[in-house]
Amino acid sequence: MKWGVLVFPGSNDDQDALWALSSVHRQEAIPLWHKDPDLRGVDAVVVPGGFSYGDYLRCGAMARFSPVMQSVRAFAAAGGIVLGMCNGFQILCEAGLLPGALVRNRSLTFVCKRVWLRVENDRTALTRCCREGERLQIPIKHGEGCYFADESTLRDLEARGQVLFRYVDAAGEATPEANPNGALRSIAGVMNASGNVFGMMPHPEHAVEAIVGGEDGRKLFQSLIEELEERAARGGGSRRRTTGRAT
Amino acid sequence: MSERPPVTVRTAEEHGLTAEEWEKIVSILGRPPTFEELGVFSAMWSEHCSYKSSRAHLKSLPTSALHVIQGPGENAGAVDIGDGLAAVFKIESHNHPSFIEPYQGAATGVGGILRDVFTMGARPIANLNSLRFGAIDHPRTPQLVKGVVAGIGGYGNCVGVATVGGEVYFDAGYDQNILVNAFTLGIARHERIFRAAASGVGNPVIYVGSRTGRDGIHGASMASAEFAEDSEEKRPTVQVGDPFTEKLLLEACLELMESDCLVAIQDMGAAGLTSSSVEMAGRGGLGIEIDLDRVPQREEGMSAYEILLSESQERMLLVAQAGREPDVKRIFDKWDLQAAVIGRVTDDGLFRARWHGEEAVRIPVQPVSMQAPLYRRPAEEPKNLNEMQELSLASLPEPRDCEEALKKLLGSPNLCSKRWVYEQYDSLVRGHTVIGPGSDAAVLRIKGSARGLAVTVDCNSRYCLLDPYVGAVIAVCEASRNLAVSGARPLGLSDCLNFGNPEKPPVMWQFQQAIAGIRDACLSLAIPVVSGNVSFYNDTDGRSIPPTPTIAMVGLIDDVSRCLAQGFRRAGDVIVLLGRSREELGGSEFLATIHGQVRGTPPWIDLGLEKRVQGFVRAAAADGWLRSAHDVSEGGVAVALAECCLASPDRLGARVDLEPSMRSDALLFGESQSRVLLSVDRQQWPRLRDRAQRDGVPAEAIGEVGSPHLEIGDWIDVPLDELAAIWDGALERALRVVA
Repeated sequence: MKWGVLVFPGSNDDQDALWALSSVHRQEAIPLWHKDPDLRGVDAVVVPGGFSYGDYLRCGAMARFSPVMQSVRAFAAAGGIVLGMCNGFQILCEAGLLPGALVRNRSLTFVCKRVWLRVENDRTALTRCCREGERLQIPIKHGEGCYFADESTLRDLEARGQVLFRYVDAAGEATPEANPNGALRSIAGVMNASGNVFGMMPHPEHAVEAIVGGEDGRKLFQSLIEELEERAARGGGSRRRTTGRAT
Repeated sequence: MSERPPVTVRTAEEHGLTAEEWEKIVSILGRPPTFEELGVFSAMWSEHCSYKSSRAHLKSLPTSALHVIQGPGENAGAVDIGDGLAAVFKIESHNHPSFIEPYQGAATGVGGILRDVFTMGARPIANLNSLRFGAIDHPRTPQLVKGVVAGIGGYGNCVGVATVGGEVYFDAGYDQNILVNAFTLGIARHERIFRAAASGVGNPVIYVGSRTGRDGIHGASMASAEFAEDSEEKRPTVQVGDPFTEKLLLEACLELMESDCLVAIQDMGAAGLTSSSVEMAGRGGLGIEIDLDRVPQREEGMSAYEILLSESQERMLLVAQAGREPDVKRIFDKWDLQAAVIGRVTDDGLFRARWHGEEAVRIPVQPVSMQAPLYRRPAEEPKNLNEMQELSLASLPEPRDCEEALKKLLGSPNLCSKRWVYEQYDSLVRGHTVIGPGSDAAVLRIKGSARGLAVTVDCNSRYCLLDPYVGAVIAVCEASRNLAVSGARPLGLSDCLNFGNPEKPPVMWQFQQAIAGIRDACLSLAIPVVSGNVSFYNDTDGRSIPPTPTIAMVGLIDDVSRCLAQGFRRAGDVIVLLGRSREELGGSEFLATIHGQVRGTPPWIDLGLEKRVQGFVRAAAADGWLRSAHDVSEGGVAVALAECCLASPDRLGARVDLEPSMRSDALLFGESQSRVLLSVDRQQWPRLRDRAQRDGVPAEAIGEVGSPHLEIGDWIDVPLDELAAIWDGALERALRVVA
């Protein structure tokens, strides 16, 4: 399948996403420059980690105004798969494509470490290769990853199965100690109501090779690949392709 | 020109120049300098830029080897790592600014060293740092630690370069002068290594990056003088970093280097536009003329003097092929950065700067460097050295409870876990990190190759205080040993020589001794010095820091999948101690932490044995015979064993027996050099023992992996959980960090 990885000024994990998709998962993956609204006919969009525009105003607040994001909005509205990781999650929240917001870590410091995630819903395009309750070890690295939303939004997310992952301890329990940033209800990742836009603070693209940090992240990319292949087989892919100017 | 102050010898002295240096300037120019020219000389002839007190001694360091592509003298050193690639690296100090303004001082230190490396055409893949703070209970220490760590993280994380290792030490000797040494490693293709020598008369000189502001004026001069009580007032000389612009500059410069428009490029670091122009012209044996009115400026009303000496960050000066200006501009436009043609390369050998249509600076380039002051300052052994080196073990009571001593050591600021520090750094971005922070050396894979690089920074300044020659020898050996226990062979080192005021004979003596130590260790281990930096004047109110020659070393691993870490891997494995243990405690962490004494002579070191031990570990690692390896350093065998257990992925303990051949404290906590702890499969041990014997390396099986405890003879039997609780949270507790 063909993947597009957005590149904003200040994107840092764009190369890691491209590497994970192309070198590890053998997908066609291309960078999409922020000034160009053309999505080049990709089947899925990745919004990578980093510090877009330096994160000087508010994380993700500037990136949502870029030309490419206008196309991503249309792509998502037409059912296209969009995955935001870390700064990408922040951008998707700022853009209104995902509910909630990411605020300063409870510790007030940046934190980089491997954490345990528990899969909360395995009936999604991102988690279909996982089992519900399964634990994945994936790194986080962020200063503003504390997931925040009002109580009614949180209730709706839970009720509709939109909570994808929670931070847990090695035993699989969502304890306060296992929550690395103070996220409400230990939420590490969510999806939109239609189930095609995904956001998570952890970095699955940094967990795709045993030699550099483990392979648990592969299940998530594999899930999306299977989903895209299934859609293509159903003939649903072409409809979304029309939303970007095909080259 | 309006309002140009009269320039006299007094003005020169206010600029930190001496009367003799003033005379020299007048003789070079054949007239008194203008105010702007004086500014140029004062910056270029500052200790920081001219190395006037150190140059004569640095020449004695070995700098060549077949694999050295670029030795000292450029922005960074470069060594061949195979596959047509080069490792480009350098370490640099940012001590003075970090004490005055810890966040920005440390942040811009990271920014500066990154530019030194990507200026060479290398993509930075890893940062490391060596940090020294005052006593942990000094009132300023917690704020300085928090500020420096946040600054390093804030800059490195945002710019997207992984911070993969380093060292953090606390010692009252740094109470008033902390050390922040920042290191960057990059990878470049051989044919794409860029240098900073201007060439091609008529080629345009182009300014790229951030606009010039009033920040950091006279930073180089500040770093060339002692601190006194007024150091707070020097805050305006500290620059402010903008890592986002650095990231854009990095990407734009690397993109430019892929084109064929670029002739030469130089970071605007210390002394800004002045030093980059003079150095580029000087290296090329040519001249440069620039028009200061064309320099992009952040604010109105700046003077020529300020523009020339501003140390605003994230700026580069480059020379492009004539006619290719639009191509350069297009690339920088893409990244939303300034690119302005501000001058051209000339053949008159002059550095000329025009301002409002008048020539404000006209200086012959060669004499600025060729006739720069060079001092062979008097050196004299410190008067109290003999007294400090005295240590009578007989008068030192042996500890009643060695287990208590071990716990105290593991909870001490210098030996406890630095997790709180390194978790604030992105150690993963760009996916090279095979072994990250908290290990003997960081290990990075080279994408598209089976090879890997190992990197470490090391110095024990307590040893250097007690004997700067032996201390420096040990710093080089330990760095090399840290590479060996990761499976790597050293390719080269970069040194960051942090000392006090070189005008004081005892400091100069320490410096000379340390240089001799580095030289001898490098010659013995065949490691070239490829880059480095000297930081003098780390003094406050007349008190100098302990001599701290920090060694950053890079090594190559042929098969990175065979690299080693320190943590025990499997229960039942045999624990092997390599090397010889002596009854010595001089300068040890044990002596400082348990007895509150810094005295004695540093451990004995036998360079022949050191070489054999390192070669043996490397060969055994390459053959896949080892499960783990760890250098025995501060805290001795007992602390090293605890570290192997605490770093074990499955938290495996160990049962160990040591021959009681000496005092228990020396046996457990002595820091004899050239020792390594290995763990090996039981089946493999006889073969390893025979090989050690053949190679002349003492090797002894001292125990077995696997137990929820760490047990050492009759002295120590403690649950790992208890050790972990002491070791892991000690730094946060000491710094009073509220989670």
